[in-house]
Amino acid sequence: MTLLTMLAVVVIAILRQRSLFGVVILSGIYSFLIASVLIALDAVDVALTEASVGAGMSLVLLLSTLHLVKTSEIKPWRSNLLPLATAFVVGAAVVWATLSLPPFGSPDAPIHKHVGPRYLQKSIEETGVPNVVTSVLADYRSFDTLGETTVIFTAGIGVMLLLRGRRKRGAK
Amino acid sequence: MEAVHTLINHYNYVITIFLMVGGLYIVIARGNMVKKLVGLSIFQTSVYLLFISPAKILGGTAPILDPAYSVYSNPLPHVLILTAIVVGVATIALGLALTVRINEAYGTIDEDEVLEKDPEP
Amino acid sequence: MKFDLILRIGTKLILPFILLFALYVQFHGDYGPGGGFQAGVIAAAMVILMSLTFGINTAQRVAPRAMVERMVPLGVLIYAGTGVAGLLMGRNFLDYSVLGHGAHARELGIFLVEAGVLVTVAGTMCSLYYAFVERGR
Repeated sequence: MTLLTMLAVVVIAILRQRSLFGVVILSGIYSFLIASVLIALDAVDVALTEASVGAGMSLVLLLSTLHLVKTSEIKPWRSNLLPLATAFVVGAAVVWATLSLPPFGSPDAPIHKHVGPRYLQKSIEETGVPNVVTSVLADYRSFDTLGETTVIFTAGIGVMLLLRGRRKRGAK
Repeated sequence: MEAVHTLINHYNYVITIFLMVGGLYIVIARGNMVKKLVGLSIFQTSVYLLFISPAKILGGTAPILDPAYSVYSNPLPHVLILTAIVVGVATIALGLALTVRINEAYGTIDEDEVLEKDPEP
Repeated sequence: MKFDLILRIGTKLILPFILLFALYVQFHGDYGPGGGFQAGVIAAAMVILMSLTFGINTAQRVAPRAMVERMVPLGVLIYAGTGVAGLLMGRNFLDYSVLGHGAHARELGIFLVEAGVLVTVAGTMCSLYYAFVERGR
């Protein structure tokens, strides 16, 4: 409960902060808080990935970018009314949608009826792997993981195409 | 009183929606490109929370099979969100590479200043 | 960085343990939290820490840029190769039962697939970092 409140406070701080270095450090704090909330929700694989990728790799890339660009934001001069109204409408729509979700943590929600229990029962006898998340990721749904690996490959190729080679001496 | 009771039961959904709206507002309302990317990453992590909250069973444990436990949380949303986290970092990396190139071409990373230097036709 | 003695000695002591931890997370992904993605990012973190403390030239002697850039498609090739092996034996794509008998075949399939993911993720994260640093030289 306190973790969730701290998340909201960090997001408000990111919104108000105008020094980009502060924004980047706050986003690292945010990733660590999300990883802690995920552990409290029993998602240990996801928490390890979020902590290493969000608070590790993403933070390093943001700091490397700050090394190459200037590090403070100009004062926003446009009116805030239209973005605020849009955000409010989207928020109201999502609130109305989540009012009909089943209560938090109940074991007879419809999500636990179909494929989940089948994977939990059959994982050891069919694949011999106790970690059900790994066996679903690498065996039952390995085609999706092939797509994910291709996305990482594409990102690497894309960044290498954009940033390989020295900076042209004409630009700043 | 009924509304307060509902708020406490659904507190993590309330915070998830607040994070989603906050991230969306940062993307729309701020012009600095690095800040927009940070707002995008906040929006994505709020969607992760939205997916994983319904998978938890109170009194269950992490989905690693062990003879000592009998109730496990649903592993299927964990698998989907694992893929989504990695796709998110790929998006942030490409966005930051584009930001560096824009800075070299225009000398600034603020959207309003870029539009001044190069107005749309 | 020349005068930060504690930082340099501490980093030198801890770097092999970071790589060991990455391999531990990779191979024990079957029995606890872990798997290819987390292990790849931790292995890249070792190279990035070395580059932050000792300079990019020292880091590129340990993980040369040519090697790291060749690791990126190699992992996808290992992964897709495991899938095509199923096709060549007359079964479905990514069918692991052609690699052995029963549950052992699927364990071997999971091992090969996670190794492919480790190679791609470690190579991509290292080459992303090198690309950003070399742009600013």
